[in-house]
Amino acid sequence: MDPFVRLTAVALPLVRANIDTDIIIPSREMKSVSKTGLKDGLFAGWRYTEIGGREPRPEFVLNQPGYCDAAILLGGENIGCGSSREHAVWALHEYGFRSVIAPSFNPIFYNNCVRNGLAPVVLPLEVITALAEQVEAGSGTAQVTVDLDALEVTGPDGRGHPFSLAEEDRVALINGYDAIDLTLLHRDAIDGFIAQDRDLRPWVYL
Amino acid sequence: MTTLATAAKAPSSLFDRLWAQHLIQSNAGGGDLIAIDRVFLHERTGGIALKSLRAAGRGVAEPRRVFCTMDHIVDTFPGRGDETRMPGGTAFIVQTREAARAEGITVFDIGDPRQGIIHVVSPEQGIVLPGLTVVCPDSHTCTQGAMGALAWGIGSTEAEHALATRALRLTRPRSMRVWVEGALEDGATAKDLALTLLARHGSRGGQGHVVEFAGPAIERLEIEARLTLCNMAAEFGAFTAVIAPDEKTFAWLEGRPFAPRGARWERAVSFWRTLRSDDGAAFDREIVLDAAEVAPMITWGSSPQQACGIDGCVPERPVGAAAEIHDRALAYMDVRPGEPVEGLAIGAAFIGSCTNSRISDLRRAAAILDGRRVADGVRAICVPGSGQVKAQAEAEGLDRIFLAAGFEWREPGCSMCFFAGGESFGPRERVVSSTNRNFESRQGPETRTHIASPEVVAASAIAGCLADPRKLFR
Repeated sequence: MDPFVRLTAVALPLVRANIDTDIIIPSREMKSVSKTGLKDGLFAGWRYTEIGGREPRPEFVLNQPGYCDAAILLGGENIGCGSSREHAVWALHEYGFRSVIAPSFNPIFYNNCVRNGLAPVVLPLEVITALAEQVEAGSGTAQVTVDLDALEVTGPDGRGHPFSLAEEDRVALINGYDAIDLTLLHRDAIDGFIAQDRDLRPWVYL
Repeated sequence: MTTLATAAKAPSSLFDRLWAQHLIQSNAGGGDLIAIDRVFLHERTGGIALKSLRAAGRGVAEPRRVFCTMDHIVDTFPGRGDETRMPGGTAFIVQTREAARAEGITVFDIGDPRQGIIHVVSPEQGIVLPGLTVVCPDSHTCTQGAMGALAWGIGSTEAEHALATRALRLTRPRSMRVWVEGALEDGATAKDLALTLLARHGSRGGQGHVVEFAGPAIERLEIEARLTLCNMAAEFGAFTAVIAPDEKTFAWLEGRPFAPRGARWERAVSFWRTLRSDDGAAFDREIVLDAAEVAPMITWGSSPQQACGIDGCVPERPVGAAAEIHDRALAYMDVRPGEPVEGLAIGAAFIGSCTNSRISDLRRAAAILDGRRVADGVRAICVPGSGQVKAQAEAEGLDRIFLAAGFEWREPGCSMCFFAGGESFGPRERVVSSTNRNFESRQGPETRTHIASPEVVAASAIAGCLADPRKLFR
């Protein structure tokens, strides 16, 4: 996983409530038993004129000039709700997104972001709406900065917006840690726990 | 001494107990390392997780505590095999099967009489037990909390983590109790209770919380109804839901294939009896509902919280920020504020899914369908949740009732609960469905889904429009 410390990039304004994982990557676009090959299916239902087609719908913001290089997603309430499919995050990452800013996240989607090096940032809806307006005024040329060191988002107008992030998640993102490697450092503790638990709850161990 | 004694007696919630019983250690970063007792996989993501694990040079630490089923994209037509209507779907089935077998994981495969939707199969096989931690790369894993387990949905990378380490790194969720007074009245079901909770408290009402459902109305619920209720904690935005196990739970589990037996069973039950919230246990939030206020519900919009009574009307447009969401739902669903939902013409009816596909669901729907016919022009489908449910239903003759009424009678699986590129309902088709999600295009491109209990689905299929099952019996 690539480390994420600070990113200044174009932001995609998509401030709509309940953008579910099937909108981010429709199930029909998950075509192979793989974590890759998903970027063309990102937002497919909104992005293309036809189901399964690849003709861009000009109204969709990602198809508009300036936004195709977006690496930050400005979303609405409850982003990533619905199916737990990690393909939503893999598709965003493969397209080039490295951060999602939203007023609230579905918890599984949030965790999937952290585990794949996408910085999840929670900011109030008014702040995100204001950021989206500035980005739209600049037609995609205005950039937003996400800084995990300072725990601050800076808008095109130069104003800073502090946010909080669980320290464990921040450390994992900044260092690009693989969570499995980190946990395997504690293998002795896990083995010890299980040895004791076998006496306490033997029916657990099939 | 006094302090210690007081601390020892501090009232604990069921969630406090489950968390403490699985806490391996608290990590320096503030997260906790939590032991995972069961991992479930399915063909949609299981093959990817297992392949990725192998590619990283890791393996499954304890395959005996891992189970895999074919449910998400397997076809549900009679005579089905590995071929699916989902383009490319066969590769998911074949590769998941191969990877799972190579790891020594139990597979509930196509053709196995135990195969079915994981959240139906796990309780019926006695794999989920009270007090266990259970994870699966599926958002409706919370269903299994009905058995007194801490069960939640994860992503594929987290599944790899649990498979390789038998643990997960977690930030402790907050706790909520939803206390339900009284008793559900005749005609009202656990599905209606879930939709009432969603209508009142919203689809983010439970966000970040482990929700304990408790109170007299919950104690009165049968096990399968509890599974339905906990299932929709996903739509409530909760981390998961849990119900304290009781004598009903133990009686339901006893003798199931993977449940403990003999002296080990006795010992387990005495341990499980301690799995409850103490009087005075603290919760970060509490919601109280009166079950007597719950009536048959249906969703009118494209979010599960957009629900009203089946005899109610599409709500008027709210003021403020919610207006835009409301308008979008009205346009998508082609309904108007103030319009009665009852009487909206439907093109299809679906009974199935991890929410409502168990034997009690099929019995209640069959009671309505018995001696009646589905309205002309309505396509009606019933998909039992598992091979065991299907066999039981056939032994009771329910399949003949469904078929005589004009329903299709399918093989077990998730089926048309969601659209995976294969089978779907038509564009703008209005569907009444016993499933859990009514998102835009969930059951097919531009399909309009109304979610409700199996009773409402059955009554609507007969009427050819959204209908109140209570009126059929008057």
